[in-house]
Amino acid sequence: MLRRNRTIRASIGFTALAAVSALTLTACGSGAQGGSGGGGTKVGLITKTDTNPFFVKMKEGAEQAAKDNGVELVSAAGKFDGDNAGQVTAIENMVNSGVKGILITPNDSKAIVPALQKARAKGVLVIALDSPTEPQDATDALFATDNVKAGELIGRYAKAAMAGKAAKIATLDLAPGVAVGVQRHQGFLNGFGVAEGAPSIVCMQDTGGDQAKGQAAMENCLQKSPDINVVYTINEPAALGAYTALKAKGLEKKVLVVSVDGGCTGTKAVKEGKIAATSQQYPLEMASQGVKAVADFAKGGKKASGYTDTGVTLITDAAEPGVDAKDTAYGLEKCWG
Amino acid sequence: MTATPLPYDQLKGPTTVRRLLATPTTGPLVALLLACAFFSLTTEQFLSGGNFSLIVQQVMVVGTLAIGQTLIILTAGIDLSCGAVMAFGSIVIAKTAAEGGLPPLAAITLGLVVSAVFGLVNGLLVQLIPLPPFIVTLGMLNVAFALTHIYSAEQTITSLPAQLTALGETFPLGNTDITYGSLVTIALFLLFAYALSGTSWGRHVYALGNSPEAARLNGIRTSRLTIGLYTLAGVVYGIAALLLISRTGVGDPQAGQTDNLDSITAVVLGGTSLFGGRGSVLGTFIGVLIVGVFRNGLQLMGVASIYQTLITGVLVILAVTVDQISRRKAR
Amino acid sequence: MTTADVTPVLQARGLVKRYGHVTAIDGADFDLLPGEVLAVIGDNGAGKTSLIKALTGAITPDEGEIRLNGDPIRFTGPQSARQHGIETVYQDLAVAASMDIASNMFLGRELRRPGFLGSALRMLDKKRMRQEAAAHMADLKIGLRSLTQPVETLSGGQRQAVAVARSVAWAKSVVVMDEPTAALGVKESGQVLDLIRRVRDKGMPVVLISHNMPHVFEIADRIHIHRLGRREALIKPSDHSMAEVVAIMTGALRVSDDGGTVVADADAAEAAGVSAH
Repeated sequence: MLRRNRTIRASIGFTALAAVSALTLTACGSGAQGGSGGGGTKVGLITKTDTNPFFVKMKEGAEQAAKDNGVELVSAAGKFDGDNAGQVTAIENMVNSGVKGILITPNDSKAIVPALQKARAKGVLVIALDSPTEPQDATDALFATDNVKAGELIGRYAKAAMAGKAAKIATLDLAPGVAVGVQRHQGFLNGFGVAEGAPSIVCMQDTGGDQAKGQAAMENCLQKSPDINVVYTINEPAALGAYTALKAKGLEKKVLVVSVDGGCTGTKAVKEGKIAATSQQYPLEMASQGVKAVADFAKGGKKASGYTDTGVTLITDAAEPGVDAKDTAYGLEKCWG
Repeated sequence: MTATPLPYDQLKGPTTVRRLLATPTTGPLVALLLACAFFSLTTEQFLSGGNFSLIVQQVMVVGTLAIGQTLIILTAGIDLSCGAVMAFGSIVIAKTAAEGGLPPLAAITLGLVVSAVFGLVNGLLVQLIPLPPFIVTLGMLNVAFALTHIYSAEQTITSLPAQLTALGETFPLGNTDITYGSLVTIALFLLFAYALSGTSWGRHVYALGNSPEAARLNGIRTSRLTIGLYTLAGVVYGIAALLLISRTGVGDPQAGQTDNLDSITAVVLGGTSLFGGRGSVLGTFIGVLIVGVFRNGLQLMGVASIYQTLITGVLVILAVTVDQISRRKAR
Repeated sequence: MTTADVTPVLQARGLVKRYGHVTAIDGADFDLLPGEVLAVIGDNGAGKTSLIKALTGAITPDEGEIRLNGDPIRFTGPQSARQHGIETVYQDLAVAASMDIASNMFLGRELRRPGFLGSALRMLDKKRMRQEAAAHMADLKIGLRSLTQPVETLSGGQRQAVAVARSVAWAKSVVVMDEPTAALGVKESGQVLDLIRRVRDKGMPVVLISHNMPHVFEIADRIHIHRLGRREALIKPSDHSMAEVVAIMTGALRVSDDGGTVVADADAAEAAGVSAH
């Protein structure tokens, strides 16, 4: 008898707690929503993950722009970098909830395409932020950093900084087949003026943009070629990982590390001299321009189309003649994260 | 000889209501219904045929994986490799059909066979060496993950033959569009619900989960049963692979990375005990729907996705607590 | 009751089982007569578990002969012993705790529905299994209210009753019970002993393995005393005291040809406080 009563109590406890959690979350949700509602127009933002500061900044920009344009922002994210299924689910739910437009940083540039096509077939404006889909015309528009240009800037800077010395280059890349990584890498080589496969490129390693993997990659590169003097990194976490590896060998002053992103941690690292220069991009800008485009479209304006460069700036405190750059004071003001 | 009957407790025959309340799926079911009621009241779009069809469609992949996971967990095992096996199966199907020139049906069969082989190897290692399922499937997770990335060369496979994505097509029911794949998932749930509750095989699975030794002493061939269960789970993951392809329309090497934990979550939310021998696939179906309804409902309400993760975590802890408490007092 | 004119239900002669240098069964004999409760006792390590395993098919003896109802027989495993009508109630009962009583009674031997449902869909006949389980329970006067309650909700004695009922339901020749009262309190032990009596009264012979002398003396018709891998003595509880039986078990006394006892180990016998008679 006792047992049965307890089971009943357990069942009731379970359901009660489920209900309470739901209510609590509602409160959280509406709190987070505060002020951005109104106007009846909904804009969806789907980021790769919701833990990366880059996307946190992007969301901030979107929230501010939603307020300014009198639209409601709903947001979602993949569970991990590369989570396509989670983004597909978010698109479906948003379309179902009646969004006017969706802004998305695709986790998988190809795999996301069918879901986006379904959304567009229902009249939803789809804008890719930060990275394009494949094919690029699977979205109405692309608001992104020119990643080739971002790579070129640090490539040209590194070339100037080397001042004619023989370069031994290591590239700490993202992952095979990912457009952003390929474009930055290619841009860097173009800017530096070396061809892919040139003997001066002594080491190429994938890091996934991760600090720990960046460090391991640099350690391995140094094992292979201790005389490396230029390190290209896909992003600042990878750059900081490389710095840790270099410092352990006492090489941090002798090796030039360049990177891309312009996150606040990264920009500070430039100021501290851990990274020589970085190409800063502007996620906030991408999102706010994206939200505005959807708001305009909802008001009866034109559908946004084509590619919009949201800008990139070289940040360094040791500017080289002939390469446009801003100092870290400017960079820290504009940084994200 | 006048034998005195054993004076056993005067337990009343359980009434329908009491039995219902003592069933492990009742709590989850009520939670699901409460959540549905809540979202119906707070959002305009939740309560519609189209939205429910969407929810089922969104949970069909993890739901199918969770069927296999339920089989394993009923034996007091656990399968960490399910998502990775599915990902590998989907790449095999997509790549052999799109690039290898295999007829779609042959590609699908190959995918099912490959998934089944992973299940078989899991089962052999667990039963014959024997090794703990946690470790075996953790190893197999890495093997399948690596093979997926090696075989796909990190490339998403597009332009698939139409037959591979046919299950992603919809048909109208009233004014609601239903995905064929959802029907496959529901049919699988019903099939396994019947097999587990209505056949000797099902009884033997529960007996095995309760006590392998007791099952063996009662003449059940536990070794064969265990290996068969793991293999069958592999076949189910193969079906999930096909559903995954039909849902996303591509072969995606990054797919399924959190699906092992998601499927375990669904199984646990559905009231199946991690200690084996108690639970049901219908409970698991309720479990996946709870996850799907919360994700959909919160998104319709505009709640950030990180809160969905938060509530899923709370619900899982709650569910295992209920399981643990009800087991302790059963002693 | 004498052995001469009745064919034993289960009989063994000269069983030997060796594991390397260890001889677990050393030329053991065994006789179980129809309708009796035969207690098998022996000190730890005397080899009674090996003997029982050989008789229930769990191990195959190296030498010797087993006869079932007079016919020589060879078991290839527990399953083959079960097929010949020898059922065992294991000490841990071998029940599935979360499953109901009826399911446990038919575990591994489920009944299927007749016709298409059973042959093609393999559908269980739950109703018939419940009815038959209820009939068996009633037969042994086991008063459980609901056969659909999980075994884990039962008390220790009730679980034992379910395990006994299952064995009796399936046994055609012999029921072997391994320490059925070991985990029970006084009251529940008494209930289980009553149950064993009812099984015997149905005409089913019972082999009872037990350490509990009072229980053995209360219920056994004859006592098989096992020592050093063989049957040391086969006695009736009415002919000997409990202290004597313990002394025989430990080797202090020996049964003489006339049915009395002689001192085998004077020191041990003195320590045990027994003498020959």
